[in-house]
Amino acid sequence: MKILVCISRTPDTTAKIAFGDNNTKFVKDGVQWIINPYDEWYGLVRAIIIKENEPATIIHLVTVGGADVEPVIRKALALGGDEAIRVEMEPMDAYQVAVQIAEVAKGGQYDLILTGKETIDSNGSSVGPMLAELLDMDMISLATGLEFEGSTAVVTREIEGGEEISAIPLPLVVSCQKGMAEARIPNMRGIMAARTKPLKVLPPAESAVLTGLVSYGLPPSRSGVKLVPADRPEELVRLLHEEARII
Amino acid sequence: MSVLIFAEQSDGAIRKSSKEAVSYGVALANQLGVKAEAVVLGSVHQDLSGLGSLGVSVVHHCAEEGLNTMDTRRYTAVMAEIAQSTGSQIIVFAHSITGRAIAPRLSARLKAGYISGATGLPDTSNGFIVRRNVFSGKAFMDVRVETPVKIISVNPNSFGVRELEGVAMVQPFQTSTVAGRVVTREIKKVNGQVPLGEAELVVSGGRGLKGPEHWGMVEDLAGLIGAATACSRAVADAHWRPHHEHVGQTGLAIAPNLYFAIGISGAIQHLAGVNRSKVIVVVNKDPEAPFFKAADYGIVGDAFEVMPKVIEAVRQLKKS
Ligand SMILES: Cc1cc2nc3c(=O)[nH]c(=O)nc-3n(C[C@H](O)[C@H](O)[C@H](O)COP(=O)(O)OP(=O)(O)OC[C@H]3O[C@@H](n4cnc5c(N)ncnc54)[C@H](O)[C@@H]3O)c2cc1C
Ligand SMILES: Nc1ncnc2c1ncn2[C@@H]1O[C@H](COP(=O)(O)O)[C@@H](O)[C@H]1O
Repeated sequence: MKILVCISRTPDTTAKIAFGDNNTKFVKDGVQWIINPYDEWYGLVRAIIIKENEPATIIHLVTVGGADVEPVIRKALALGGDEAIRVEMEPMDAYQVAVQIAEVAKGGQYDLILTGKETIDSNGSSVGPMLAELLDMDMISLATGLEFEGSTAVVTREIEGGEEISAIPLPLVVSCQKGMAEARIPNMRGIMAARTKPLKVLPPAESAVLTGLVSYGLPPSRSGVKLVPADRPEELVRLLHEEARII
Repeated sequence: MSVLIFAEQSDGAIRKSSKEAVSYGVALANQLGVKAEAVVLGSVHQDLSGLGSLGVSVVHHCAEEGLNTMDTRRYTAVMAEIAQSTGSQIIVFAHSITGRAIAPRLSARLKAGYISGATGLPDTSNGFIVRRNVFSGKAFMDVRVETPVKIISVNPNSFGVRELEGVAMVQPFQTSTVAGRVVTREIKKVNGQVPLGEAELVVSGGRGLKGPEHWGMVEDLAGLIGAATACSRAVADAHWRPHHEHVGQTGLAIAPNLYFAIGISGAIQHLAGVNRSKVIVVVNKDPEAPFFKAADYGIVGDAFEVMPKVIEAVRQLKKS
């Protein structure tokens, strides 16, 4: 099996979120970068497990971004994967990412393309479905499990109030979330091996602009907590009923 | 020109998050002075003309049985067919599990700019600018849609359902698409629970509750007020509660009217998924717990002593 895992780079979950240039740029000073958790913990680790079960499996990683994302891609390679591809581009939106990955996928004959459920910075959950449409492939979104019966994938996905299991012949795009796999830590051998794994850089393909950023903003902070004494919890219930009018 | 709204059904009835999307689409159609039309896929046992009470004039109904389960490729193709036949320039979805899977696909198909998880109506005074959350709720961004056809998914609980008056005309729609390759084997549903993503009220527990055997207080309060239950990641990781209850930056992001957090410290990753809640209540025995800084109401105290009394007071309130 040949698998393409989509890897994006995001600020660490504790990073300070601030904007500059008239609220049009995310301030990157001092920001620690990580592999988007959904891509690392679920998509990548799932691919690694497939390869552990089926050693002939080939795993390629793909990322769309500038040279500064390479440390994160190397970290992904330290976890697993045979080689990485970086498309040299600062994408404007999810569609531009999907167009670039679709271009990479077209030549690669992948049986399976894995994305994360969403990036924790742009939160679109858009790239996977867009990619599937551009490649005219089947897709399962928000998957929590993935098994195989020959060349048919059996995928479990979240639905409101439950889960659904379906069978789909490969090739297939799957967006991954919790349940798919458990997070792993790269070991020394993986880190050493990652240094020499191929990392190809490709020029971007032509892509249309569908949306554009106007500005960023920060939500207003709360006015402050109203504390109720622990020996009068009924007062909390009264406030929720009469003041907040919520219960 | 019209606003076309995807009204998702579940077990034959229109979902709540979709009613909200319908209300959003109707308000947008009014703002632009155009008609609002809805699409329903699959067989239903509800009279769809009733969607007129939310303000849509026409419901396009593709009643084929095979559309009762979602195949993203086929749903997208059917939506594209209907959008083409109605000449709709704006297509609205709920940012639900289905909406998230179909709206971006349709965007790529129609080369239409997509706003994922809008939190308000577009500003159409100068172009078409829509606000959505980014950085897992820690910030928002205003995005301009540059294309003639525009697709929006509406964040649950950000707009509300607005009841109006009227009766919609139901028009059967015949699709030329055929069944795809996705075979649904099994659907497992936990009955009687409010789906967390759609819930208006949420009661949530953290590691402070010490173990799954103490979740009675979370469930009792939730049961009394009709809330969904949630938990922190630490709790889901310890398998005290199922994964789908995990909220936060790497779980579900929610924006209920009430988020009632018991024994949760309020780590930054947890707050990211819940800080858009309208009212946040925190019960924690540590006065320094970071959650108090993000809360509207709080009790500094031991949950095991405080919660039984809270629950009793709610029970009295519900009786009166
Ligand atoms: C990359 C990354 C992503 C993450 N994503 C998420 C996420 O999506 N969601 C999430 O929740 N976390 C996430 N986390 C984990 C997060 O950092 C915290 O570790 C986690 O939220 C802690 O859960 P908790 O509040 O239940 O437990 P704790 O931090 O252990 O807090 C327990 C709280 O209970 C209080 N308490 C104890 N006993 C009592 C009592 N008797 N009565 C009342 N209060 C009591 C304590 O004072 C304490 O504040 C993430 C972490 C990382 C690194
Ligand atoms: N720049 C990128 N390069 C590679 N993959 C990406 C990129 N951006 C997003 N993805 C993939 O698409 C998924 C969904 O991203 P998003 O639509 O931004 O929420 C992510 O979890 C990644 O797997």
